[in-house]
Amino acid sequence: MDTVYLKRILEDEKAIRQRILKNNLSGVIITFISSLVVVPLVLILAYLLINGISSINFDFITQLPKPVGEAGGGIVNAIAGSAIIVFLALVLSVPPAVFGGIYLSEYPDSKLSALVRFSNEILQGTPSIVIGIFAWVLVVVPMGHFSAFSGSVALGIMLIPIVLKATEETLKRIPPELREAAASMGVPYHRVILKVVVPTGLKGIVNGILLGATRISGETAPLLFTAFGSPFMNLHAGKPMSSLPLVIYNYATSPYDEWHKLAWGASLLLILAVFGINMLARIFVSKQGGGTQ
Amino acid sequence: MSIKTEKPLLQLNNLSAYFHDKRILKDVNFSVENSKVVSIMGPSGCGKTTLIRCVNRMHEMSPGGTAAGSILLDGEDLNQLNTITVRRKIGMVFQRPNPFPTMTIYENVIAGYLLNGIKIPKKLSLEIVEDSLSKAALWDEVKDSLNKKGTYLSGGQQQRLCIARALAMNPEILLLDEPTSALDPKATSRIEELVVQLKKNVTILMVTHNIAQAARVSDDTAFMYLGELVEYGSTKEMFTVPKDKRTEEYLTGKFG
Ligand SMILES: Nc1ncnc2c1ncn2[C@@H]1O[C@H](COP(=O)(O)OP(=O)(O)OP(=O)(O)O)[C@@H](O)[C@H]1O
Ligand SMILES: [Mg+2]
Repeated sequence: MDTVYLKRILEDEKAIRQRILKNNLSGVIITFISSLVVVPLVLILAYLLINGISSINFDFITQLPKPVGEAGGGIVNAIAGSAIIVFLALVLSVPPAVFGGIYLSEYPDSKLSALVRFSNEILQGTPSIVIGIFAWVLVVVPMGHFSAFSGSVALGIMLIPIVLKATEETLKRIPPELREAAASMGVPYHRVILKVVVPTGLKGIVNGILLGATRISGETAPLLFTAFGSPFMNLHAGKPMSSLPLVIYNYATSPYDEWHKLAWGASLLLILAVFGINMLARIFVSKQGGGTQ
Repeated sequence: MSIKTEKPLLQLNNLSAYFHDKRILKDVNFSVENSKVVSIMGPSGCGKTTLIRCVNRMHEMSPGGTAAGSILLDGEDLNQLNTITVRRKIGMVFQRPNPFPTMTIYENVIAGYLLNGIKIPKKLSLEIVEDSLSKAALWDEVKDSLNKKGTYLSGGQQQRLCIARALAMNPEILLLDEPTSALDPKATSRIEELVVQLKKNVTILMVTHNIAQAARVSDDTAFMYLGELVEYGSTKEMFTVPKDKRTEEYLTGKFG
């Protein structure tokens, strides 16, 4: 081997300088492109802040809407409505989604798993308006009227694929050694799942649930002909109910300037709520040290 | 101070093990007396792990894993018992330390009780934790941090925690699968001391690749080759005058 030649090309000062330059340049490019991702978010936030901050005050979050022409008023009914509808959607969909995710990670190769996985992917790609129509046929038509519950059914259906996938992915990454450790102490299979596998993956599952909640809390289309909206304070899930995305939609498409303002305020509030839930998810994940290794 | 029993504590009769159609163990026969340390040696892939996983019936949990022949514990056929009973009598420590990451050190020690839903009074659980950690030579190092997560410990400490976890179930037999292969020399020698100590309370089957380690801690040695038990007997004898040529070649480093 010509080691002299090798030494010369490996230690060529000029080539090394060039490599350093290329390295630095690619670093700059990568940083620049990644920061582009942040741009839309920053722009949206800034725009919402500029237009919405003036509407947000104490009345805005504690009062009911006033009729057109009257100044003031708030959207407390929509805030309460959103909280109720999203919470009910979580109650309805988290149990089946988590169990489905557990099933997929435990029996990845079964026929039922293939079917569940396939349906889940289709469901994930289904337009939300179609899911809204489905909830209308399923709940609103038989009940004879719009209701918060039917809205929760629609949002719950949208939530299932998100939570199911998050659960499956989290549980699949749990080291098999932990199951073996438990099994080697005579722990029966169902207890291994409930006491070892699920708790170890809990933060991933909860994170998936919270992110799913933020995802559905901004959905409008599925609520248009389910929860429908209401100008009154309604806490009864069997009746039509307002929600943040619905008031944004209604107010923004109205011809009145004051209502446009309210729509901006509601949008800002919604994004702040999403932001808050995200923070919650982050805090939860960091607090739960350990977890999957 | 080994108790002389009529029957051996553990007896393997024509044990064969399979992964699907592939025969991994071929008619293995040997018996282990109470309070002995037996090391299981042999080249990589010869079936050592499979052998000890048959003893606590974990082998049948692996996809395609089946076994034939019989294993007697105190004269009782393990196949006649349910796996839960078998595994509570026969504890296992794995090659890589695997404490439960969601549990504290304290909870890890009594994990066998917690996970099985066996309720024990607080006082008893404290006793079990202190006793097991002391036996595993870890008590002094962790007694002030019992509420910390088990995964904060070093690798060697985690492995001793896993030993304590197995001991807390008060097993008759402890299976160790290369318990020191992931550890540094200092942690290794602690675990070796520990094995010698534990012998008073529990019979130990230990897979090891380390010939010096087998010589230091084990009374008897089983030497395996391609799924067969080639030689079984007193460690001292086997290491000085091996009967089988393959044993001799392995011990002198010709393969392994
Ligand atoms: N899950 C499995 N499925 C199929 N074959 C397996 C499986 N696990 C092990 N085997 C095969 O069984 C044989 C014995 O494996 P085993 O793990 O018992 O060997 P070992 O003696 O413990 O080896 P090592 O010293 O490398 O740990 C090997 O030939 C291996 O390829
Ligand atoms: Mg092995």
